[in-house]
Amino acid sequence: MGNSSSMLTQYDIEEVQQHCSNAFSQQEIVSLYKRFCQLDRNGGGFVSSEEFLSVPEFAVNPLSQRVLRMVDGLNFKEFVAFLSAFSPRATLQQKIEFIFKVYDSDGNGKVTFNDMLDVLHDLTGQFISENQRKQVLTQVLEEAGYTKESLLVLSDFVKILGSSGLKMEVEVPVD
Amino acid sequence: MSSNQGKLKPSSSELDLDRPNIEDYLPSGASIQEPHGKLRLSDLLDISPILTEAAGAIVDDSFTRCFKSNSPEPWNWNVYLFPLWCFGVVFRYLILFPARAIVLTIGWIIFLSCFIPVHFLLKGNDALRKKLERVLVELICSFFVASWTGVVKYHGPRPSMRPKQVFVANHTSMIDFIILEQMTAFAVIMQKHPGWVGLLQSTILESVGCIWFNRSEAKDREIVAKKLREHSQGADNNPLLIFPEGTCVNNQYSVMFKKGAFELGCTVCPVAIKYNKIFVDAFWNSRKQSFTMHLLQLMTSWAVVCDVWYLEPQNLRPGETAIEFAERVRDIISVRAGLRKVPWDGYLKYSRPSPKHRERKQQSFAESVLRRLEEK
Repeated sequence: MGNSSSMLTQYDIEEVQQHCSNAFSQQEIVSLYKRFCQLDRNGGGFVSSEEFLSVPEFAVNPLSQRVLRMVDGLNFKEFVAFLSAFSPRATLQQKIEFIFKVYDSDGNGKVTFNDMLDVLHDLTGQFISENQRKQVLTQVLEEAGYTKESLLVLSDFVKILGSSGLKMEVEVPVD
Repeated sequence: MSSNQGKLKPSSSELDLDRPNIEDYLPSGASIQEPHGKLRLSDLLDISPILTEAAGAIVDDSFTRCFKSNSPEPWNWNVYLFPLWCFGVVFRYLILFPARAIVLTIGWIIFLSCFIPVHFLLKGNDALRKKLERVLVELICSFFVASWTGVVKYHGPRPSMRPKQVFVANHTSMIDFIILEQMTAFAVIMQKHPGWVGLLQSTILESVGCIWFNRSEAKDREIVAKKLREHSQGADNNPLLIFPEGTCVNNQYSVMFKKGAFELGCTVCPVAIKYNKIFVDAFWNSRKQSFTMHLLQLMTSWAVVCDVWYLEPQNLRPGETAIEFAERVRDIISVRAGLRKVPWDGYLKYSRPSPKHRERKQQSFAESVLRRLEEK
């Protein structure tokens, strides 16, 4: 009885490994491939947002819509590259870049006050009012030496998050 | 993971059966740690815990694991086992399967030739008719069990007919029902199926008092609730059997119990069913397989091995809500059958989780932000 993982040749795996700059071992890629096929119910070669949302643990995540925008319609290679930021082998720089991309919704390399406010809105929902959110954000921005009008770039994020002991690791189950 | 456990505890298979796996009970939002001190910009911008959760759910999640079929361990991996395995395949498909098909056919002939006359000729004598029909339904279920050489061990007292009691069991496949039915003619609450199963439901099983519903019909719920209440009060009705998970789970996990069975004001008798996967995985994945294919799979395997435990009847404790009661009974069943509990509703297969769960996470984040804002 063959299972789906046997369809990946060593050549395929190496190609994927290169694409994610060796963030995952070969075994982890085999596991991720099994998972990818499991999520891709209709077998189209990519996982649709509908299919991602069928995982309840993912659907209840406050940032799921934001993450979805990044993973919707990825093929397996891109899917692994997306997850590589969560590998223990990824550098701090890569992790911060990932977080930056979550904030930078229009992808122009700059994060505005509103971008941050939007994410904060996703995180706190109805439990903090819009005004209070603005107030909190303005206050902490000013304390860190920025203003409401500042446009934060990646190097700002590196400066802000670089020293905070970021822990962003997901273990890929390997059998 | 299981190999790890094996290393730690040599006799873990024994232990695992009796130990609840509460540690797997998902915390909601527990990954958002509780740091102290004044709120800084980095605290607001650091969304890594939540992103990690999201990515973790993409890589692996407890809900999908509940419905994953386990492919059998291959054992045909060497020169002398392989011919043995081939012989087994030939034997199972060419000898065992036809023999079982014949047994099942004989069963149906006997059943129908008795059931039809009983059903139509004994119209005037309801008590006798019901009794005979009950025996016949038990009989045909025994034929079904025989048709896959079911090796079923029943533990505990056999259920008797009494009003105001309802049996609840964990659900792996429609064959749960057949296995329980061969011992006692339960009246079961089940999803209405299409095809030949639906035909059986509306003709034969109706006679033992089974109740059907359509999961998608909202108004069905009230009707079923009413029927349930009426049925459970009747003195000479067959005992009620409910699968409160509402969907088939792969017999390694248990999903949340629907509270309907626990609101009837009846004594709840838990039944735990555990299948041995040595020959065949009894999990019916209704999305991938029709019930006919599932039966064929069972009929071409060596045997279906399972244990059934009739457990201590439980009553609602003072001050306990129906949901807490349901959870308590789920505990009892899960411990006995060695199932891991997950906090998900099985109906999430068909729908999205309610925004409540997300709001809880948002609330805990918001509270921590506000609290730390006040700290100096």
